[in-house]
Amino acid sequence: MSDFFQRFGRGWLQIFERLGRAHLFLFQILIGLPSLFGRGSLLVKQLYSTGVMTLLIILVSGLFVGMVLALQGYYSLVRFSAEEALGQFIAQVLFRELAPVLTALLFAGRAGSALTSEIGLMKATEQLSGLEMMAVDPYKRIYAPRLLAGFIAVPALTAMFGAVAILGGHLVGVEMLGVDAGAYWSQMKAEVSFGHDVMSGMYKALVFGFIICWIAIFEGADCIPTSEGVSSSTTNTVVYSSLAILGLDFVLTALMF
Amino acid sequence: MDIVNKSGDSSGGFSDEEGSALVQIRDLHFGRGAKQIFRGINMDIPRGQITTIMGPSGTGKTTLLKLIGGQLKPGQGSIVVDGQKVPKLSRAALYSLRKRMGMLFQSGALLTDLSVFDNVAFPVREHTDLSESLIRHLVLMRLHAVGLRGARDLFPAELSGGMARRVALARALILDPMMIMYDEPFTGQDPISMGVLLDLIKTVNSALGLTSIIVSHDLHESMSISDYVVIVSHGKVVEAGSPAALRASESGWVQQFLNGDSDGPVPFQLDAPDYQDDLFGVSSAGMQVSEHRK
Repeated sequence: MSDFFQRFGRGWLQIFERLGRAHLFLFQILIGLPSLFGRGSLLVKQLYSTGVMTLLIILVSGLFVGMVLALQGYYSLVRFSAEEALGQFIAQVLFRELAPVLTALLFAGRAGSALTSEIGLMKATEQLSGLEMMAVDPYKRIYAPRLLAGFIAVPALTAMFGAVAILGGHLVGVEMLGVDAGAYWSQMKAEVSFGHDVMSGMYKALVFGFIICWIAIFEGADCIPTSEGVSSSTTNTVVYSSLAILGLDFVLTALMF
Repeated sequence: MDIVNKSGDSSGGFSDEEGSALVQIRDLHFGRGAKQIFRGINMDIPRGQITTIMGPSGTGKTTLLKLIGGQLKPGQGSIVVDGQKVPKLSRAALYSLRKRMGMLFQSGALLTDLSVFDNVAFPVREHTDLSESLIRHLVLMRLHAVGLRGARDLFPAELSGGMARRVALARALILDPMMIMYDEPFTGQDPISMGVLLDLIKTVNSALGLTSIIVSHDLHESMSISDYVVIVSHGKVVEAGSPAALRASESGWVQQFLNGDSDGPVPFQLDAPDYQDDLFGVSSAGMQVSEHRK
């Protein structure tokens, strides 16, 4: 019995110890952020590899999500003869919830896992140690540009996801199911608030981007430098990021609405 | 002091005067978890010479280089490099000191997303405001010195292990450091690459007036270019001195290491329960198995 409590206690201590290390790690990155002024090329390179390279999966997913929303929304609304409200329904569901959450989940799977494995392999092949021995601070040179790039990329990708999904909804709702195009756009314009609906989604996206990149970079830098360690950390990034996104989505929704 | 050489001088043949040793290690203790890797090591690395640290695998040779470079902090004791106490340095001071140190990692540690040219230019671009034309001159000179000027446009994935280490050496030299640490530079090298590396290390050390620290267990190659050799085992310095003095050593341990004998003061078997007990289930673990089967 005492063994059980010892193991239980040790397990929790390890979790808190790792959490503490992750916060100190984040603090060091934040201190390194100002060094990016005047070194824009580092940020641009990371925006390309995290943001641009994730664009395809975001746009294709957005299109299909918009199309499915239009189908489901139309069959529910038509029973109450309210199919003109389809545009408003799609836009509100997308901007408030689906665009930030699905974009973040896709970003964690594509870019987050790539960040962890890249940094983990840099650690395993002694590139991070090499940088330190060349008096180059990895927090400034490697971690800070990646954190900032994720922070910028996820809201931008969320906006694109939302825009393409609305077009997908239009394609199915207006072109296939015959909802009036004027009603689709005018209802959306009249009922969807930019400051409340759209911006709330953007705030969520900012938080998600920050959290995903923090988890991904920390998992990479803290991994056991073996092939198994890198693989395990990459999996952790996707699992922890997904749980954090869904948990934080509830908290942020409760706070904002 | 653990260092014992032929003359009985406990400092390993090096003077205790501050100026003669570039690196001074005193009473160094370091452990990972329950495992104690160093138990009070004392060592002096003389300026302007090639010192090789040797010892069996897993004895902590690479760890020692990381301690000297400030990548690890000792549990106890002091490490002084060029008059600066490494474990007590601030981050900024440590980075400033590292600009005067070069380190050649076992894998080369080249940045895989940069070409050979950009890898060698990397420290100069990070730490100086030199013009690109001047950087080009510097990089080509260093690449020429290691015989790889023609590989400037290749990427690390296109290099052999020996070539990667030579590029890493060019990169380590580009800021004109006062010392270079080599971590297992000869491992996995073919005879030609080995000869090239040996020549390079010796030539570079004498031509640039560097201090070189080599960590290796390639006995003959290391001893052929070294001015001093330190043998480390079980967390202690076993013996130190010139290669000739070590060859003449009467220590059973040193002779076993130099001759590559499988058994001797260093046992072939790792600590384990009695062999017979282990085989026939008399040990506690074995007893449990036997009882379970009943």
